[in-house]
Amino acid sequence: MTSNITNLDGKRAGRYVGTAQRRIDGRLKVTGGAKYAGEFPTPGLTYGYVVSSEITHGKITRIDASAAEAVPGVIKVFTYKNRPKIASDDKKYQDQTAPPGSPMRPLGDEKIAYAGQPIALVVAETFELARHAATLVHIEYETKPHKTDLEAERSSSYEPKEKRSGIAPPPPPRGDADAAFAKAPVKFENEYRVAVEHHNPMEPHATTVVWHDDGKMTVYDKTQGVQNSQNYVTGIFGLKKDDVRVISPFVGGAFGSGLRPQYQLFLAVMAAMELKRSVRVVLTRDQMFTFTHRPDTIQTLGIGADKDGKLQAIRHDAVAETSTFEDYQEVVVNWSGLLYDCANTKLTYEIAKMNVYTPGDMRAPGATLGVYALEAAMDELAYATGVDPVELRLKNYAEKDQNEDKPFSSKELRACYRQGAERFGWSKRSAEPRSMREGRELIGWGMATGVWEAMMQETSARATLTAGGKLEVAAATADIGTGTYTIMAQIAADELGIPIDDVTVKIGDSSLPKAPVEGGSWAAASTGTAVKAACHKVREKLFNHARKVEGSPLANFGIDRVVFENGRISVSGDPSRFVTLADAMAATGEREISAEETTAPDPETKKKYSGYTHSAIFAEVRVDEELGVIRVTRIVDAVAAGKILNLKTARSQILGGVVFGIGMALHEESLMDKKLGRFMNHNIAEYHIPANADVHDIDVIFVDEQDDKASPIGVKGLGEIGIVGTAAAIANAIFHATGRRIRHLPITIDKVMGAGEDKTPAQAAE
Amino acid sequence: MNSILKPGPNTGAAQAIPITLTINGEVRHLTVEPWTSLLDLLRDELDLTGTKKGCDHGQCGACTVLIDDRRVNSCLTLAVMKDGASITTVEGLSQGDELHPMQDAFIEHDAFQCGYCTPGQICSAVGLIKEGRAHSAEEIREMMSGNLCRCGCYVNIVTAIEQVIESDGARIKEAAE
Repeated sequence: MTSNITNLDGKRAGRYVGTAQRRIDGRLKVTGGAKYAGEFPTPGLTYGYVVSSEITHGKITRIDASAAEAVPGVIKVFTYKNRPKIASDDKKYQDQTAPPGSPMRPLGDEKIAYAGQPIALVVAETFELARHAATLVHIEYETKPHKTDLEAERSSSYEPKEKRSGIAPPPPPRGDADAAFAKAPVKFENEYRVAVEHHNPMEPHATTVVWHDDGKMTVYDKTQGVQNSQNYVTGIFGLKKDDVRVISPFVGGAFGSGLRPQYQLFLAVMAAMELKRSVRVVLTRDQMFTFTHRPDTIQTLGIGADKDGKLQAIRHDAVAETSTFEDYQEVVVNWSGLLYDCANTKLTYEIAKMNVYTPGDMRAPGATLGVYALEAAMDELAYATGVDPVELRLKNYAEKDQNEDKPFSSKELRACYRQGAERFGWSKRSAEPRSMREGRELIGWGMATGVWEAMMQETSARATLTAGGKLEVAAATADIGTGTYTIMAQIAADELGIPIDDVTVKIGDSSLPKAPVEGGSWAAASTGTAVKAACHKVREKLFNHARKVEGSPLANFGIDRVVFENGRISVSGDPSRFVTLADAMAATGEREISAEETTAPDPETKKKYSGYTHSAIFAEVRVDEELGVIRVTRIVDAVAAGKILNLKTARSQILGGVVFGIGMALHEESLMDKKLGRFMNHNIAEYHIPANADVHDIDVIFVDEQDDKASPIGVKGLGEIGIVGTAAAIANAIFHATGRRIRHLPITIDKVMGAGEDKTPAQAAE
Repeated sequence: MNSILKPGPNTGAAQAIPITLTINGEVRHLTVEPWTSLLDLLRDELDLTGTKKGCDHGQCGACTVLIDDRRVNSCLTLAVMKDGASITTVEGLSQGDELHPMQDAFIEHDAFQCGYCTPGQICSAVGLIKEGRAHSAEEIREMMSGNLCRCGCYVNIVTAIEQVIESDGARIKEAAE
């Protein structure tokens, strides 16, 4: 049943919520005790190794697996020719997060739609044998011309007919942006582009299927949604929920790559069912470049303003790649109608089909791209008008969501600017580019705004209190490093007033109460609310028993007049009058009290208010003038995200997002060879992510923000806000240091040294 | 556990070879094919999955173990090359229930998120202290750059290592000498 969420007082002080708590799963992670998907042992395990397409577009004309199958220890080579029957209906393949279209069927037929498409699975008794035999599978192809250059395909871009669920299309035009732009005394229009990025979590995607004699399977899958994987498998292979239990207690990073079921899940389950044996399929690091990625997106952004920087017009157009078989969509341009007060906006978003795998959600999908362009353009406006970048943003501060004409549930962005600027020392900045230096290094200070949607999803959770005073809370959500385990324990411990060590958290198991995929920064607000509701129900049940204990001092009090603290229920303000939890439990005569609750966002509140997290990011870079080496020496990120549950894990979320932003600004780039149609740097020596030496001081500030509308527990979410705007702050700092405006990310040495094509400063009209 | 599948002549694998390794203080007599990496031996044959495979190419450091107190990428090490060596994995750092100071510092400073690179980071950090070369945050950053962390925990990793160098550095280094 759905809980009455107004009962959940998000402001009630707790012993654990709002403090810095060590991760409850920390010990397992530092001792090697935490098991990830590809690590569960089982007797008789076989190993699958994937063979990937060597061509980008065309078809297989011949597959000869005889040499591979002749190797002793090789069990079977699966191809499109001998795979078992699978579902034909697109719907069966469409998971919770799928965009419109016809999802890829691994080993579906002879057709090849993109480079690296899985075309065979070699299953053998050992990993080494499978890997060796995979090199012996002989494949002949017929190739067709491929489309892998977005520049060339943008002329055939289109507005997706079927919208992706949960993804808002651009809002309708506001005012008359073209006319206002034409009249504006200061104006410019530029192209911004961010390189294709791959998620590259440290753990490669992996699935271990344990085959049971009764034909049922336990599937250990790397996923952000165990029930999403379960539904995918049961739909495709015609199984019942009871046949497949998906377990994923630890996820070695995902950042969105674990939202959709990836092909190793399909292949491992298919092979296990066919062979009636346990199968493990782990992708190689190279193969981590053969599926989802942040889409190549070309953005054109035009700003028109008064001479003093007041915005008159924003035009923002984005063209993004998608695959030939699905229409992937994300929110790229809408932020330009949201973040600043502007009467005239025109925002468009189109996609173009290419021979790539369908792009997907990657940490703050859409926003990282769109807000980068907007915030880089705002910096250009600051220079075109001579207004300080922080001042300029305050001058154009949006008091309401103009896209939807709604007030914000809360918005402490002004405090972010103020506190961030103060901590950073922004007032000491000299505005002129190239005006600050130390030795051979030019110093640049830049800033930007970040924004991300505060979301909550319907989620269930169960709480069970035992006679011994131990509490278990459970939900089928995930902890991909975000700290879900720990915040669930904190909320539960506070609700019942027991030590956090007495709380056990169960997640990552499809048999647990229903939860959506863990993503979009909604897990803390959604699972946290459900956990609180379930514990609240246990609290009520327990209190009713406590009142009935013989001679109970609580008999004449309502639940709103007592506190749960230190294993006792006592009269508020009079701790001498109490019943212990143990006595209350004894009065129940039961071994345990259990409650399962489902919570969902209030539709009325959602209709009336817009919920967003905000941030102000300040960056210092040092650029070696002779060598072009860029160092990000200092970042201050001031974040307004409602209630902060755990100061330790919350800070880590922001640190991680900021580091992702550093990667986007300076390092990350999947390089497409347009002739071959394939990403060339498919390994993490050549696809650069920030290393330890690339990261210096990062200071995180959580601005006080009260919000009783974004979610019943006041939480807005932190998983993505750290990355949004960070690359813009760094790019703006590089302009300040060097006088070079580089609009295509990443900003590499060659671009800084002047070989790049986009180094002209912003043009102020007349 | 010790006997490993011995494939026939057509497998591409040469004959399996007997070796002796001391793993986390325990002497193990093993029969290993020459093409098996130390990493795959630990993970697939000995169920010591604390040592992680992130890239299998020596690029990420997730597979870092200590071999005779030196930090080594176990994915680039064939097991047969290490006959007679003493290997410490993350599972061998704690003394019973008592965590190694580095493990405790990683928890205290939240120096990990997903936890996948963590065993490699911790082994690498312990090796770094034994080397006795890192004296500043800048040097720690440089000498820990062989261990990638996609969750971006570097700031906290450096803080954790600094703390252990201060509190236990001399003792750990001495123990290695």
